[in-house]
Amino acid sequence: MIEIAGVVSDFGDALDFIFSTREAQTGGVEVGGLSEVWEFTWEHLKVSFAAIGVACAIAVPVGLALGHAGKGELLAISLSNVGRAVPSLALIAFFVAYIGVGFTNVMLALVLLAIPPILTNTYVGVRQVDREVIDAGKGMGLRPHQVVQRIELPLALSSIFGGIRTSAVNVVATATIAPLAGVLTLGDYILSANVYGPDGRLAGAMLVAVLALTVELVFAAIQRAVEPRGLQTTT
Amino acid sequence: MAGDASSTSRTSASSVEYRNVVKRYPGQAEPAISDLSLTVPAGEICVLVGPSGCGKTTALRLANRMIELTQGDILIDGTSIKSRAAAELRRGIGYVIQQIGLFPHLTIGENVGVVPKLLGWDRKRIDARVDELLELTSLGSELRDRYPAQLSGGQRQRVGVARALAADPPLMLMDEPFGAVDPINRERLQNQFLRLQSEIRKTILFVTHDIDEAIKMGDRVAVLRKGGVLAQYATPEELLMSPADEFVEDFVGADRALKRLSLLRVRDIDLWKAPLVRVGEPTARARAAIAEADLPYPIVVDAGGRPLGWMSERDLARETVPDRPDTAPDPILELEDVLRDALSDLLRSDTQYGPVVDGNGAVVGVLSVEIISEFLNSPEATMHLTPAAERA
Amino acid sequence: MHLADAAPVLGQVEIRDRSEASCISENKLCPGWIVDNFDRYTDPLAQHLYLTVTSVVIGFVIAFALALIARRRRWLVGPIVGFTGVLYTLPSLAVFFLLLPITGRGSTTAIIALTAYTLQIIFRNIVLGLQNVPEEARDAGRGVGLTDRQLLWRVELPLAIPDIVAGLRIATTSTVGLATLAVFAGAGGLGEQIISGSNITFKTGVVAAGGLAVLLAFALDVILLGVQRVLTPWRRVQPA
Repeated sequence: MIEIAGVVSDFGDALDFIFSTREAQTGGVEVGGLSEVWEFTWEHLKVSFAAIGVACAIAVPVGLALGHAGKGELLAISLSNVGRAVPSLALIAFFVAYIGVGFTNVMLALVLLAIPPILTNTYVGVRQVDREVIDAGKGMGLRPHQVVQRIELPLALSSIFGGIRTSAVNVVATATIAPLAGVLTLGDYILSANVYGPDGRLAGAMLVAVLALTVELVFAAIQRAVEPRGLQTTT
Repeated sequence: MAGDASSTSRTSASSVEYRNVVKRYPGQAEPAISDLSLTVPAGEICVLVGPSGCGKTTALRLANRMIELTQGDILIDGTSIKSRAAAELRRGIGYVIQQIGLFPHLTIGENVGVVPKLLGWDRKRIDARVDELLELTSLGSELRDRYPAQLSGGQRQRVGVARALAADPPLMLMDEPFGAVDPINRERLQNQFLRLQSEIRKTILFVTHDIDEAIKMGDRVAVLRKGGVLAQYATPEELLMSPADEFVEDFVGADRALKRLSLLRVRDIDLWKAPLVRVGEPTARARAAIAEADLPYPIVVDAGGRPLGWMSERDLARETVPDRPDTAPDPILELEDVLRDALSDLLRSDTQYGPVVDGNGAVVGVLSVEIISEFLNSPEATMHLTPAAERA
Repeated sequence: MHLADAAPVLGQVEIRDRSEASCISENKLCPGWIVDNFDRYTDPLAQHLYLTVTSVVIGFVIAFALALIARRRRWLVGPIVGFTGVLYTLPSLAVFFLLLPITGRGSTTAIIALTAYTLQIIFRNIVLGLQNVPEEARDAGRGVGLTDRQLLWRVELPLAIPDIVAGLRIATTSTVGLATLAVFAGAGGLGEQIISGSNITFKTGVVAAGGLAVLLAFALDVILLGVQRVLTPWRRVQPA
């Protein structure tokens, strides 16, 4: 009983940290409170979505092109497998060691992380478009880029967003360790617990969890929304 | 023997009785089967036939409780199927389905031995039985360690039958078992199966939508209409000669005379006498033989009387009978062949005549399309084929 | 932890060879150093392997149990996928520290978090594998008199092996990657060598530890694939 009470009070303290400021454990500055939480959250979202944006700009066109041409299946599938095996920590560390710290560098590392699921899902999504529909399009006189634009892209949209959704969750999770590279996201609360204290650390964990879930839910909703009416099958 | 659920079936065949069987699915207005009653004597093949949706497959699957009865009962050798646990019941019943359903992850030997293994037979007995069955279904025991993916459709079909026979069940249920095979192989499989049945004499409930197959395979045929209603339950002969009503008549088809060919074998009909000559004999003998025969084309046979081919005019012009005649003897027909199949074979080979051989392969006569069409027009064939409407 | 500058790591790193000294002090990639100092990595590697294998095995057991429960109750599949999906979405790092008040620092916390992450993919693949069993094999199985349990163990599960192993492979490679973060939960592993005592600018160290993680993932993947091939001899034959 006492244990449960202890746990509950720990979480209560963490919530308190989010809403009110207090002195840092290392002394001197004020930490905690909503405005600081918002600052870190905003940084977290910025670096994440910048990375996702760039990754989409690269992966979606490439995926569409490969899928349309029917080439590069091995690449598209293997990329995801290899991407899964590379630890995010190693990726960030690698970039810091070889390129240095800073927003852009972290963002680039996250872009590399984000590309595989988007590329694979785009490729697979295009390949799964019914051949007959494409033939009909060609028969109507659509040129290749029009086939991509008007047929393959809309029909593959749900699959593409599935890939973006997976990447988004991965990127947001990995952005938690961005502070190692000088970009202060919500992960700072966790990684610099000596400054923020155990309350700050737990608060950081809660905030990151909530943020990740929110991003997942938003993208799940978008994925369902872009599903063409006739093909409703999103899980 | 422990786990041996087939103690009642040490006899080779059981009788089956459907007693006022009803099957109703929840949420549907009409029952799938309403009050079906029929009895199948032990050792006979009863074919359930009817248009799509008539409930024939449902009726079949009620017998081994793949589908549960709503009302009524089914008795096997007088014992209700409800008195045993479903899984136990099924181990005593052979079950063959259209898509065959071999287990892809088991070898042919393991597939065939599934039920014996379930019944607890020891390894040696199972192995011996598997070999026996593979020989019986003309598959050969080399196939035993292969996997289903490595076999052709026809071979897989036969493995399905072997599997069903493994534990020597007294009853077999077959649902369109030859449906997934091409027509030529289907004919062969049907013949093989009938030959098998003449040796093992099991009770078989057989479902098909093909009336010709029903007539060919069945000792008795049950024609069902929608709702599992029994329109007529009779021997194929009776079905063709006296259809019970217009529905049955329509279903059997207008060409009942032609269908009668399915009931007769080549041996039931009078064949033409063929001029037979041996290799190396002087062709004068061939000409003499023609004078005494029913047709002017000699068949060259070997020492055992087996046909090697037909002699052509060119062959006749030589001194002696050649060992390789100009025309091949095909199609070679057997005395046991069903007349309908024999006719198909002749038409398919685009010939008028075919040599008929006995069990040893020796020529006993010639069958021609002419003989068959004469028969069809004979009083004997058309007699008793009065339309149902007139008899009412 | 702010890393404003990339300080050389001479002080923290053992140098066994004079020629390596200059390589290290210039913070270049020094393969020789890796070979000489390999014993630095054996313990973290072993720990990493332990964390990965334990998590995947426990995850498999739980997911398998859930799949068996959901087999006859189709309506459960959705909620289970949803719940395990939440576990999958939560960043592992956050989970380590959410568990901290309850299970403290160490391997247990890391394993709980890593196991939770694997559940969804393994569960989905087991369910998928069972669904993909050809219907006629199931029908024939019931028809010859297999009980429901016998049908599951003798027919459905063997035929579901490829899908199940596919799920295990994905789970394993992902877990190897995530286990690098276990260092933050106080559970050791290769992540310990990546951040190399608060200094992640040590190029050689990063490449060595990161490379080992990738190799480990690859090795486990190949092993699982091998296991699958051994268990499914019927898939190796040429179709007729």
